[in-house]
Amino acid sequence: MTGAKDYNATEMMTVAASRLLHNGDVCFVGIGLPSAAANLARRTHAPEIVLIYESGPIGAKPRVLPLSIGDGDLAETADTVVSTSEIFRYWLQGGRVTIGFLGAAQIDRFANINTTVIGNYARPTIRLPGAGGAPEIASCAGRVVLVLRQSPRTFAPKLDFITSVGHLTGGDARERLGLPGKGPVAVVTDLCLMAPDAVTKELTVTHLHPGITREQVREATGWDLHFAPTVEQTAPPSPLELETLREMERATTAAHGPRPAGAA
Amino acid sequence: MAELTTLRSAVAAHIHDGDVVAMEGFTHLIPFAAGHEVIRQGRRNLTLVRMTPDIIYDQMIGAGCARRLVFSWGGNPGVGSLHRLRDAVEHDWPAPLELEEHGHGALANAYVAGASNLPFAVLRAYAGSDLPKYNHRIKFVECPFTGEKLAAVPAVRPDVALIHAQKADRKGNVLLWGILGVQKEAVLAAKRAIVTVEEVVEDLNAWPNTCILPSWVLSAVCCVPGGAHPSYAHGYYDRDNRFYLAWDSISRTRETFQAWLDRHILRTADFEEFRRVLNERSPEGVR
Repeated sequence: MTGAKDYNATEMMTVAASRLLHNGDVCFVGIGLPSAAANLARRTHAPEIVLIYESGPIGAKPRVLPLSIGDGDLAETADTVVSTSEIFRYWLQGGRVTIGFLGAAQIDRFANINTTVIGNYARPTIRLPGAGGAPEIASCAGRVVLVLRQSPRTFAPKLDFITSVGHLTGGDARERLGLPGKGPVAVVTDLCLMAPDAVTKELTVTHLHPGITREQVREATGWDLHFAPTVEQTAPPSPLELETLREMERATTAAHGPRPAGAA
Repeated sequence: MAELTTLRSAVAAHIHDGDVVAMEGFTHLIPFAAGHEVIRQGRRNLTLVRMTPDIIYDQMIGAGCARRLVFSWGGNPGVGSLHRLRDAVEHDWPAPLELEEHGHGALANAYVAGASNLPFAVLRAYAGSDLPKYNHRIKFVECPFTGEKLAAVPAVRPDVALIHAQKADRKGNVLLWGILGVQKEAVLAAKRAIVTVEEVVEDLNAWPNTCILPSWVLSAVCCVPGGAHPSYAHGYYDRDNRFYLAWDSISRTRETFQAWLDRHILRTADFEEFRRVLNERSPEGVR
């Protein structure tokens, strides 16, 4: 793959995440970065992928990136639209979803997710929006991919609250919970790709994005981060990936207006 | 049978202080006009139930209507925080707000249980999550057939459900389409139900299997065109994304919020006047 040279870290993250989706997947899509990556995959190498949004659209093919999880465009372009209760009961819990694509405010070394509070639950320093569909997606999707920007704040040594379970305390802890899904299989950031170690289930860096050093990744992590025995370099975005992503972003801005900085 | 009436009369007749109120609509068809009317009529000590509190509950919480919130995702979609919700939780302003929080799947299931006249819903989730440690209404039960451990959440049984829909006929039968969220479940789980609609027509001309709420499960139907603004009504108008963005600064401080509330809701007679004031006096970039 011939790589483009001029791209930013968010674009690299979105492209790297999109490559983890394939034709044949049925993807339960979170809003924001996961939705951008899933739609990039659909418009490049995985045109047959089925995208499910928690508001009810199944097989959504949005013309622009949705601003909310229930934009009308999702309904109009879907194969079918069902009620929100049906999405969670028949389609997710029913075992039809092969992969869940989620964002997070904070994760820990076992890819557990906090989207509830920073600080004490009853008297929080920061009250975050809460669970959404993530606890059920993290439980029931065949496997889970997390997409989030990396910093010592977002990659925390200990979570104040586990909203949605990853590999809990590592090892066979998740397996013992008896949940149907395998849990997180990858974490995609603006710096690198991580995967849980086969035995300990602790997140381990498998790929560094081009130009990123181990030191940078360590500094952006709140715990003593492990690296796989062989760390590969992520292939840079191809011209097709980059142009498709940028065209999608342009169309989205034209439809919704500029999005606020730091929007979910 | 549903009474075709004004929103003012419907809220006065069917919503009382201390009620459990569910105003549903998942991003689409959010009953904003009804929320405003509850604020105007000064209801207090409500338990507000809604999967995604959105701006509608941010307004009601900031206005002091709520004592308790049952929810599953409390952000401003595509924008960020709900500042009035956060101020209530973080600083007890304007009053302390008790939280009962779930995941979307659990709360959707809880509505289904309510509509089914069952005491609780059962689902495969929450194992390993901290939510059951803080929400004591999440329990675990054993399947009597297989022994599997499953999560249980109590049914949602609102005193009143409020939803917005596209059309009603003159008998008060209601038709809605597009993203349906848990609106049908909320209506069927509730003791009373108020529906605002975009228009009242002679004949719904609906296909079999479309989502129709028959008049006899509803208490009141009120024609309030535009009543879901700034959310959208599929086939009628789009989501006003600029208002969702503007709400971030309107709601950020108590002073800006109260000035907005006073001018746009407390000093307007109804939703029609609210729309007029919003058009005339809106902050830059808001219709």
